[in-house]
Amino acid sequence: MAKHILAALVENRPGVLARVANLFRRRSFNIDSLSVGRTQRDEMSRMTIVMESDSAEADRLVKNLYKLVDVVHVDHLHSQPSVVREMALVKVRATSDNRREVIQLCDIFRARIIDVSAESLIVEITGEEEKLENFTELVRPFGIVEMVRTGMIALGRGGHTLKDEGFKPNRSRAAARSSVL
Amino acid sequence: MSDEDAATNREAVSPEAVNPPDGGADAVVLTGAEIVCECLLHEGVDIVFGYPGGAILPTYDALTKYPQLHHVLTRHEQGASHMADGYARATGKVGVAMATSGPGATNLVTGIATAMMDSSPIVCITGQVPTGAIGSDAFQETDVTGITLPITKHNYLVTSIDELPEVMREAFHIARTGRPGPVLVDIPKDVQIQEAEFVYPTEPIQLAGYSPPKTARARQVAAALELIRESERPIILAGHGISMAGANEELAQLAEKAQIPIALTLLGKGAISEQHPLCLGMMGMHGGAEVNHAIQQADLLIALGMRFDDRVTGNLATYARDSRKIHVDIDPSEINKNVTVDVGIVGDLGEVLRQLLDRVERRPNEAWFDRIAEWRADSELREIVRPAEAPQHPAVPEGKLLGAQVIRDLFEFTAGGAITVTDVGQHQMWEAQYYQHERPHSLITSGGLGTMGFGLPAAIGAKMSRPDQEVWAIVGDGGFQMTMMELATAVQERVNVHIAIINNGFLGMVRQWQEFFYEERYNQTPMVNPDFCKLAEAYGIPTVRVTERGQIEEAVNASRAQTAGPTLIDFVVEKEEIVFPMVPAGADLDDMIRRPTPAEFERQQRERAAAAEITEAETTEAEAPAAAAALGSRFGV
Repeated sequence: MAKHILAALVENRPGVLARVANLFRRRSFNIDSLSVGRTQRDEMSRMTIVMESDSAEADRLVKNLYKLVDVVHVDHLHSQPSVVREMALVKVRATSDNRREVIQLCDIFRARIIDVSAESLIVEITGEEEKLENFTELVRPFGIVEMVRTGMIALGRGGHTLKDEGFKPNRSRAAARSSVL
Repeated sequence: MSDEDAATNREAVSPEAVNPPDGGADAVVLTGAEIVCECLLHEGVDIVFGYPGGAILPTYDALTKYPQLHHVLTRHEQGASHMADGYARATGKVGVAMATSGPGATNLVTGIATAMMDSSPIVCITGQVPTGAIGSDAFQETDVTGITLPITKHNYLVTSIDELPEVMREAFHIARTGRPGPVLVDIPKDVQIQEAEFVYPTEPIQLAGYSPPKTARARQVAAALELIRESERPIILAGHGISMAGANEELAQLAEKAQIPIALTLLGKGAISEQHPLCLGMMGMHGGAEVNHAIQQADLLIALGMRFDDRVTGNLATYARDSRKIHVDIDPSEINKNVTVDVGIVGDLGEVLRQLLDRVERRPNEAWFDRIAEWRADSELREIVRPAEAPQHPAVPEGKLLGAQVIRDLFEFTAGGAITVTDVGQHQMWEAQYYQHERPHSLITSGGLGTMGFGLPAAIGAKMSRPDQEVWAIVGDGGFQMTMMELATAVQERVNVHIAIINNGFLGMVRQWQEFFYEERYNQTPMVNPDFCKLAEAYGIPTVRVTERGQIEEAVNASRAQTAGPTLIDFVVEKEEIVFPMVPAGADLDDMIRRPTPAEFERQQRERAAAAEITEAETTEAEAPAAAAALGSRFGV
């Protein structure tokens, strides 16, 4: 068992996210996180999928993703040089008594405070999963009011890119494209 | 898109189409519904199976302008999807089913799932409520693209008339290429009514995420050849993929050149003639014992276009333990899915087999064939279906008609030349055991999904696509009653399909499981049936009832003499017949429940009689359930 990070380039067509999500359920894949967003090309979105599994299971997911007509390219990012990031917004209980301590902690983690109120702070922190988890552990004693994480996103370093060359969307279909939702 | 696909598309063009695909003609303004019809013509469609309703009415109205598209009115939308499936399986062409929104669309679902599991190319066109009403729980609205997401190869909700021609073209392309499968196109009513300039798209189909594989990598071919060279007990497992790829000739050549015996999956029947000396017959749960033994004892499995279904492997932990394995399939996700293989090859079977054939070596496997012959001799001893004049197996009940006999005799009296379409259950397994197929696409059966009710409508579809062929629907009394309303369709369309009901008054296969694994509690399996002959008469269908083996020939000949419209024979067979051999679910493939040999059977009879004499009352009641439970636990059910 290991953490597998897969990146998938998909065509922007309505329902693609549902197809991918349905695949996870249908074939019983255990997914830790899935994040989706636009790319530099209007007609493509990119998904980052993280799963805890053995490599046979990860291969099975890759093959099944490829069976989806809208999935253009899939890559294992954990097996090549890549950068991985996740962002969290954490609302930490902080009053005038302990605000300074929280701010110190944020400085150490290079987290940014993006909102302040009398009772709490909202902290924005970006990094690899471990950093985010360490930070949340340390602020937990102050009281985490609520938090949200984006799920991991990743890019291969240097020349490691997902292939989309040669793909030109048909004109009439381009009008119908918007997003994967 | 490959040149090959382009050629298929060109051939498919009908002369009546408004715009020839090579362009030139001026664009015409058509409604969405007319564009659907135009696209069907461009794809070479001649028959559409369907059922009208509100949201698809514009398209039904447009059909009146396209007499080249023959519409078959089914009696239930499930029948339409099964007929399209049967049509597709008999020819390899894409079958088309059409239905309205909501209940029309949901009724297609079983047929779509059936086609998905058996990789059958069909395109389903459904009406949808107008785009503005989608999501509002409008009358007869259902999210059919959502419902069919996991049971289609791909599906579309068309939201603009501008994308309609491309969607239709992609739908057929995806359905028929690669690993074929069902594609659904959901078209809102307003899109069917809107008008647009129609120019049939001529540019190649651009699907960035879809390119079916063709040839195998040289390194993989070399690795496969090496395993074949090193093997002493090789066996080929031939599946549905052989006939779908049209690789029948290459399969025979490979087997002959390297002297490798061939086992067939259920859908693999027809991959090679079952009369071929290297063809062993069917494997799996109700396969030949000699075939299952051969697989378990082999040192090399060469799996071609099959997917190691659990009905074929039995217990995966003990499956062909001592063998190395080569797996060739067009779908990469099948490789290492159920069975881990030594060499996995992704490609078109015809191409890959030609690559292998170039360099495969001729090699004798005499000792291996001798072992298989021994297993076969044992099977023959236990055989229950024998020529009427030969000495019968003592287990044959006096004066009873056996389902297995009916199939064997049907095989004989149709000279093995018919296209047979089965339903699901005991009769299906007897068909697989006793009707020997010689040609590809001559057995049409629901293998993966096991859909009861498939038989009659699929047979109608098959006959309509191959009117020159003799078509028999072999069905059980249970499955027949699930879709027997399609008798009316057969009559209305004058479809010359011969229906053979193997009628034992039971859900026979379920009854068999209850006998073996549920201590003979026959819960909900006995059936009160209508008089099937009177039912046929109500539809004006010629019919006859057969209750003895001696009547089979005359009944079959009388049916065959009818060359217009359907016929029906009600074969009233022994109620408690068992399909032997049987690998219980989850058991090892060679751990089969066998029919006793004549000697074993007679000894069992004597012992039973003796035991009954000694302890008349007390014994059995306490012990029988315990024995049945022991049998059940032994097989892990």
